Amino acid sequence: MSAYSPTETHIEVHKFRVIAVVGVTLAALLIQSFLPVHFPRARMLDLPLLITLYFGFSRRNPSTGLLLGMVIGLAQDSLGRSAIGLYGISKTLTGYLASSFGSRIDVEHPLSRFGLTIAFYIFHQAAYTLTQRLLLAQPEAFFTTHLLVAAAVNAVVAVAMFPLLDKLRLPS
Amino acid sequence: MAAVPMRHRSLTLLGAVLLIQVLALAVQIRTKSQGRLIRVWVVEVVVPFERAGNWTITKFRGVWNGYFGLIHTQRENAELHAEVDRLRIRNTELESESAESARLAALLGFRDAHPDVPMLAARVIAASADSSSHTIFINRGEHDGIHRNMAVITPDGVVGKVFEVYRSTSQVLLLTDKESGVGALLAGSRTQGPVGGVGEPLMTMKYISNDENVTVGQQVLTSGEDQIYPKDLPVGTVTEVKTGTPFKVIRVKPAARLDRLEEVLVLLTRQELVRATGPETPAPANSLATPVKHEQ
Repeated sequence: MSAYSPTETHIEVHKFRVIAVVGVTLAALLIQSFLPVHFPRARMLDLPLLITLYFGFSRRNPSTGLLLGMVIGLAQDSLGRSAIGLYGISKTLTGYLASSFGSRIDVEHPLSRFGLTIAFYIFHQAAYTLTQRLLLAQPEAFFTTHLLVAAAVNAVVAVAMFPLLDKLRLPS
Repeated sequence: MAAVPMRHRSLTLLGAVLLIQVLALAVQIRTKSQGRLIRVWVVEVVVPFERAGNWTITKFRGVWNGYFGLIHTQRENAELHAEVDRLRIRNTELESESAESARLAALLGFRDAHPDVPMLAARVIAASADSSSHTIFINRGEHDGIHRNMAVITPDGVVGKVFEVYRSTSQVLLLTDKESGVGALLAGSRTQGPVGGVGEPLMTMKYISNDENVTVGQQVLTSGEDQIYPKDLPVGTVTEVKTGTPFKVIRVKPAARLDRLEEVLVLLTRQELVRATGPETPAPANSLATPVKHEQ
């Protein structure tokens, strides 16, 4: 399913099987919860976020992007100890913006994907932290060196992972 | 139906989804002191309206109570005034009863102190209609054994004598009446001289020589010479002494409060009053509600 507007006719909208979307999402969540157990440094990875970004960039439909972001975020919240909704809100916003950006700029180029992933990772963390501050009154730092490093690591992973996910696209 | 642009639809959806999640988050979060966040929000949203409503109701109630409620207040005020009047009357009645009880107790004590003297308690029921004469009516008469010239006293002193006797009432001539007189003597010197009324609150003691030493405050007692009053009953107190021609002019204040008589004792004999020896054991005041008649 895809939607086209007069200004979006030159942007290609990619389709995926539902089972592929669900499978990839579940896999990301499983790996996200499994990997840090054996590799603590893997905590800086946010695979659910990368999945949200990828499908947002690819589908380029804000509605689909925000709903997917919401589902993935809520699932991620459910697997953690924090209040349900923190990741949900931040990933909803991220999915919406990623879809919006995906319909306007080229998100296929690795450099573009790298830069956008860094930007959205920071945005995602900012939304998460802001929600924490406003609703939970937990004073979390916005920008830290760790944030920048994590953003870079996730961007690198995204650049490496997104081409693999491209193979799941249905032929147009 | 007009088509909603894609961008607006997605924005609406975004807003709805975010709102749902924020609400869901608020339901889960507990603040340190105020409970769940959703409750805090709801309270903060609702409280201003509640305050406004409460303020409105309070003002309305104030206006209602302050103005329209005055209708009830007026009626209540009138009722309270009536109640106060009723209570004042009741209070006066109770005070009167209390005073009467005290007076009756005094009479009873006096009677018990003279057990051998027959006396009859009587209630003053009227005074003289003639302002120039000082008389009273008592509720005892011929049926009660009252006779003319019987002495009438109170525990304080002599009141007068029975002047007229009827079937159930008697008229008593007070000591202060112009026609009244009592054989008396000055306590201490035992100098005798009659005491008579002059139609005023004070009486005069006559025929006391200018050589006699009379002092203000000196007590005057009955002498028994008049064959009416027993000896040594208090008549009054000397209040003024002047040298006169040919005798002293002595003014005597009655010992009995003749202007406030309500109960009196009628002595059914002229024998001397001798106070009984031994401890007095006065009976309760209300035992005089029905006076006991002592026959001679």
